[in-house]
Amino acid sequence: MESRSFLQKIEKPVVALFLIAGGVLVSIPFLWMISSSFKQESDVLNIPPQLIPSHPTFDNYINLFLSLNFGVYLKNTLIIVFFSFIGLLLNAMAGYGFAKFKFKGKEKLFYIVLATMMIPAQVTMIPVYLLLNEMGLTNTMAGIILPGLAVAFSIFLFRQFMTTIPTDLIEAARLDGAGEFYIFFKLIIPIAKPIFAVQGILTFIGAWNSFLWPLIIANDESLYTLSVGLSLLQGQYANNYALQMAGAAFMVVPIVIIFAFFQKYIVEGFTMSGLK
Amino acid sequence: MRSIIKNANQAKHGLMFIAPAVLILVVFSIIPILIAFFISFTDLNLKGLADWSNIQFIGFENYVDLFSDELFHKSIFNTVFYVLIGVPLVIIFSLGIALLLNYGTSKLFTFFRAVYYMPSITNIIAVAVVWGYLYNTEYGLFNYLLSLLSVEKIPWLTDPTIAKLSLIILAVWKGIGINMIIFLAALQGIPKSYYEAARIDGANRIQVLFNVTIPLLRYATFFVTVTTLIGWMQFFEEPFVMTDGGPLDGTISIALFIYKNGFQFSQFGYAAAGSFILFLIIIITTLVQFKLRKSDTEY
Repeated sequence: MESRSFLQKIEKPVVALFLIAGGVLVSIPFLWMISSSFKQESDVLNIPPQLIPSHPTFDNYINLFLSLNFGVYLKNTLIIVFFSFIGLLLNAMAGYGFAKFKFKGKEKLFYIVLATMMIPAQVTMIPVYLLLNEMGLTNTMAGIILPGLAVAFSIFLFRQFMTTIPTDLIEAARLDGAGEFYIFFKLIIPIAKPIFAVQGILTFIGAWNSFLWPLIIANDESLYTLSVGLSLLQGQYANNYALQMAGAAFMVVPIVIIFAFFQKYIVEGFTMSGLK
Repeated sequence: MRSIIKNANQAKHGLMFIAPAVLILVVFSIIPILIAFFISFTDLNLKGLADWSNIQFIGFENYVDLFSDELFHKSIFNTVFYVLIGVPLVIIFSLGIALLLNYGTSKLFTFFRAVYYMPSITNIIAVAVVWGYLYNTEYGLFNYLLSLLSVEKIPWLTDPTIAKLSLIILAVWKGIGINMIIFLAALQGIPKSYYEAARIDGANRIQVLFNVTIPLLRYATFFVTVTTLIGWMQFFEEPFVMTDGGPLDGTISIALFIYKNGFQFSQFGYAAAGSFILFLIIIITTLVQFKLRKSDTEY
């Protein structure tokens, strides 16, 4: 009996110890990135490596904007983020339409939406490129943004959430003479705030990180996103690891900060969506 | 009469709400599938793109060529290698970490939940840049740390087999987060009474884990297995940004093979045929899993 309580006593600290050790292991790339981004170009290849830079400098970050076009890449990335939020709104509308309206062929349409989730990106990549090419949208911002606006999984999650909103509430608003869009914006969106929070964060992360499609569509450097710019930097400054780490940190740190603030919603979102 | 108008209104407004998103999906997901299927039977390349009259219908030639293309064989072998090693590692690690995180709800546990989740939301290019530096044979941190234990320098990205394993390590590191969250959500959904019942019956920790917890996680495990497998069969970004398929095509995957044929060599027809074979492999694997699960629950 005594040994059992002893085991129980040390159980939690042991688990915590495991978690901390694993956590440090998982964080090594992040810590190394941050530390190296403040090193001078000559220090970054030192053996033994310095954990804490001996001559800390901010030059690498300044160089991203002065010698490289990170300002342009940042602007493009933010444009994509903005339009992905419009896409989010379209997905929410579609989710609402599937959840709260009755019309012929609705089930079939919804199954088609679900089916698109199973199509691998590699299959649609080439035809979508050919389509955009026919529309004259290659090497344009519209070509980068358009294909990503609608996301089947997002429509699905919005629908799941919005079916739980009582129909009586919507009917009551209709009887009061409210228009359909007024109901959607003033009644439905406030109720659906939790799912908007989750989807909003995931949309931001996805748009901020967008790489492959901008790479395929954009030929001009003026259309590059941060990811595409960073991969360009990796090719051009193959041995300047300090500069590379600064570029990487510039991409990663904003996401880490946003995630740190909103992680509660993401975890709740997965519980909410019934994925258990 | 009134109800007819009401129904018509319902239909009109409903369609109005779903139209924009569904239209985009149809144009950029459904129609492309049909186009891909069609062009996989043609010799579409840059010439054909410039002038459609250059496109020729060549029947199954692309598919026949693929079966004798050694690079395609290699990409299939590599993809199988990635899946067989990577998928079990992702499942074991994400389940293990979820079990540990489920022990407590204090600040410490929430903090580490965020730490383990972080790699999965990190930009793949940033990841590639950072890991490329860590993996550097001469100046990388990994080889330095190993040299402290007097281990010889490991050619992380310059030996075909080791490079595959290096990419798997990176992808597992990046793949744990989301699956860990799914397991964690499932763990928190298990009623406490089950554990109490097991304790009253005198089951120890290990017995509870294997006879109560893990069986109750079977839906989450199934979901994670299916989605992880689908994801790893499309293994693409890691070899694309870290090794570009090299050395000696040692890390090229099916998805990368398709991309290279499509966008580097402009063999759109050939690449489309490759993408349909990948699609077919994914559908068959997924169907087999659903089949296996059905027979599993019947007993």
